[in-house]
Amino acid sequence: MKKHRRIILAHGSGGKLSHDLIKEVFLKHFANPTLNKLDDAAVVSLSSIAHRLLQGEEASDKVRFAFTTDSYVVSPLFFPGGDIGKLSVCGTVNDLSMMGAKPLFLSASFIIEEGFQISELERILSSMRKAAEEAKVTIIAGDTKVVDKGSADGMFISTTGVGFIPGGVEISGSNARPGDKVIVSGTIGDHGIAILSQREGLRFSIRLRSDCAPLNELVEDMLEASKEIHCLRDPTRGGIASALNEIATKSNVGIRIYEEAIPIHDAVRAACEMLGLDPFHLANEGKLVAIVGHSDAEKILEKMRGNRYGVDAAVIGEVVEEHKGRVVLKTIFGASRLLDMLVGDLLPRIC
Amino acid sequence: MKYIDEFRNPDLAKALVERIHRLSKKPIRLMEFCGGHTHAILRYGIRNLLPPTIEMLSGPGCPVCVTSNADLDKAIAFAEKEGIILATFGDMMKVPGSYKSLADAKAEGADVRIVYSTMDALEIAKRNKRKSVVFLGIGFETTAPTIAASMLDAAEEGIENFYVLAFLKLTPQVTRALLDLGEVKLDGIIGPGHVSTVIGSRAWESIPKDYHIPCVICGFEPLDILQGIEMLVAQTEGGEAKVEIAYRRSVRPEGNKRALDIMYRVFEICPANWRGIGVVPGSGLKIRDEYAIFDAEKAFAVDPGPTREHKGCICGEILRGVKTPLDCKLFRKVCDPENPIGPCMVSSEGACSAYYNWQATP
Amino acid sequence: MCLAIPFLIKSLEGQIAEVEIGGLRRKVSLVLTPEAKVGDYVLVHTGYAIGVLNEEEAAETLRLLEEIASSDDQ
Repeated sequence: MKKHRRIILAHGSGGKLSHDLIKEVFLKHFANPTLNKLDDAAVVSLSSIAHRLLQGEEASDKVRFAFTTDSYVVSPLFFPGGDIGKLSVCGTVNDLSMMGAKPLFLSASFIIEEGFQISELERILSSMRKAAEEAKVTIIAGDTKVVDKGSADGMFISTTGVGFIPGGVEISGSNARPGDKVIVSGTIGDHGIAILSQREGLRFSIRLRSDCAPLNELVEDMLEASKEIHCLRDPTRGGIASALNEIATKSNVGIRIYEEAIPIHDAVRAACEMLGLDPFHLANEGKLVAIVGHSDAEKILEKMRGNRYGVDAAVIGEVVEEHKGRVVLKTIFGASRLLDMLVGDLLPRIC
Repeated sequence: MKYIDEFRNPDLAKALVERIHRLSKKPIRLMEFCGGHTHAILRYGIRNLLPPTIEMLSGPGCPVCVTSNADLDKAIAFAEKEGIILATFGDMMKVPGSYKSLADAKAEGADVRIVYSTMDALEIAKRNKRKSVVFLGIGFETTAPTIAASMLDAAEEGIENFYVLAFLKLTPQVTRALLDLGEVKLDGIIGPGHVSTVIGSRAWESIPKDYHIPCVICGFEPLDILQGIEMLVAQTEGGEAKVEIAYRRSVRPEGNKRALDIMYRVFEICPANWRGIGVVPGSGLKIRDEYAIFDAEKAFAVDPGPTREHKGCICGEILRGVKTPLDCKLFRKVCDPENPIGPCMVSSEGACSAYYNWQATP
Repeated sequence: MCLAIPFLIKSLEGQIAEVEIGGLRRKVSLVLTPEAKVGDYVLVHTGYAIGVLNEEEAAETLRLLEEIASSDDQ
C-alpha cells in the first residue's frame, strides 16, 4: 500500500484502499482469530462459553446475555488520562458490567473525517487494544466509513458489546429498596473536569486525569462479596445526580445522600467553584454507583477498596420511603435540597 | 481551600443559626439582592435553617434575569449576522428571548462561543481576523471593570475586530428604584459582596439614610450569609438602620479605586432597561465616545424584530419582590428548567430555579 | 452574583499572575489590583483579580464567630 499519512475519502469506499487500511492498520492492533477472518459477521459459539461460565448449573434457560451499544463523540479526542478509543471500549464494557454481565465481545465502528492523521488513528487503536486487553474482551467485528472534511469532528466511534450474566445475578435500576445503602466507587467529577480543562476559553491547568477505566473486575469482586447488589450504574453524562435520579424513578423510591460523605478531589472542587458547576452533574468514566442491601454494605465496601478502581469507595447515602422518585442531598449543615437530573448542558457561569 | 473551607464550618454555622433563632422575635422580610446569594442560600439549604419569623425574598441582582427581552433579542440578532462571532458568558445561553435563545441560534448555525473571561473573547478575535467578535457584556459592577480592562488591552494592541455589546448595570441605583416603587415592604437587605468589593460599602449608605432599611454586605460562603442575617436581625430588633460589612476580608468602605477608575475610563453612566422594572435613570453603563470603535451597536446595524413578552411569565414581578414563583401560573406546569419560559427559571440563581429546586424537598 | 473565588498568587510576570487553588492553576490579570504580590490571596472574577483578601480581617471574623459559638454554648 502506498504509505498514506492521512485518511482520504477512498479509504471508506470499500475498495482496495479500505481493505488495505483494515489489514495494515486495524488488524495490526486488533488481531484475533475471529476478526482476522474478516467475514461479514463474526461467528462465535456461545453455548460453549455459557457452559464454561455457568460452571455446572443447568444451562439453556439460565443463559442470559447482556447486549449494549453506545457512540462516542468526545472532543478533544485526546485528553489527560485517555482518548476516544479508550473511552469507547471502557464505556461499553462498563455498560455490560452494570448489569452484572461478564463482557465478552465488542464490535467497533469508526466514522473518520477525511484528512485524519493515520498516526493518530493508530494511537487510538493501540489505546483500544490496551483497554480491551485489560477488560479481557475481544473486538470481533468492525466497520470504517470516511466522511467529508468538516463532517465528523475528527472521529466518531460506536461500540456494541455482548456479555454473559451468571446465574443468580439480578441487577436492575428497578431493584432499589428502602433501607438499601448507596455506594460510590471513588471520587466524582474527574472526567468531566479533565475534559473541561482542555476546552477552548477555559484555560486552566490541573494535575487531574480522566478516570476512564474498565470496571468489570471491580464488579466481579463485588459480586463475589455479596449477591445483595440491587442496582449498578456508571454515572457518565449527567453525573451521579442523573444516575441516582434514574434509579429513584425506576424503583419508585427516594434516595438521600450526604454531601460530607462524597469523595471528591480538591482539584475538582476548585474547578467547580471557579466555573460555578455542580460536581454531582459532572461525567465520570471509571466510577460506579451501587445500591446494595444494607447488611452487606460494609463487606462490599471492603472488597471494593481492595480493587485498584475502588480505593476511595464510600457509602454516601441510603434509599428511603419518602420523596419517591426524587434524590435529596443533605448539605454539610444538615439542611436538605433537591438534587435534580442534569437539564440541558453544563454551562460555566460567571454569576 | 483557604478562605473557602473555614467559612463553611458547620459548627460555627450551627452556633450562628441558634443565635438567630434566639434573637429573632419580630417577623421580618429580608431581601437578598444578589442572585449569587439566592444560589448560595439554596445550595446550603439556609432557608430551612432559619426561624419562621424571617422571610427571604430574592431581589433583582441577577444580571441574566434583568436583561430585557429587547436587549437579548439584539444580542441574538448580532449572533445571527454573517461574519460575526458572538462571545458570551455561559449564563446567557439558555435564556429565551422573544423568539429564541442564544442556544437555539447556535443550533441553527449562528457562531456563538462560550467564554469564561472577556480576555478569551479577545483571544478569539486575534485568532479569527476575518471575522468580527462581538462580546456580550452582561453584568454588574463586578464584571464591568474586567470588560473595561479588556477593552483597554484591545486598544493598546490595536485589535480591530473586537466589539462589545454593553448591557452593564449598576446596583445601588436599581435598589433605590425598587424601594421607590414602594410595592414591597423590606426590613433589611443582604448586599452584594463582590459588587461591593469594587464599589465599596459606602456606596450603600443612602439606603439606610433615605429609607431607614439596614443593609449588611455579605460574602457568599454560608458563614458570611448567616453572619449577615444575624447582623440584620440584631439591627431590626434594635430599630437601627446602617450599613455593615459581613465580608470584611474583601469589602472595604472605599472599594477598589483602581477598578473603578478603569471602569469609568471606558464607560459612562446612562439609563438602563431592567426587566420587570423598566428604564431606571443612571443605572447603566455605556461605552464612552473615546472607545466608540469597540461599540458593537455603532459598528453594525441589526434588526431583532418586534419585542414580545411571554404571556403569563411574571419574572418581572418576581424580580421586584412583589410575587414569588409559587404565584406564577406557569411555574412547574409549563415552565421548568428543561423548558424555561423566563430567565428566572434558566439562571441558576434565578428565584424560580431556586424555588424549583428546594420547594419540593420534604 | 459574580462568581469570584480566592486564589493564591504563586508567581508574577508583569501584570499577569500565576495563581492556584486546590491544585488548579491558571493565569489571571492583576491590572485591577496592581498592589497584589506573591503570597497574597486575590479574589478572581472572570480571569481578573478584583480585590486582595485581607488575612487579618478574615482571622478576626472567624475569631468573632468562634466567640459566638463558645459563648452561646451554655
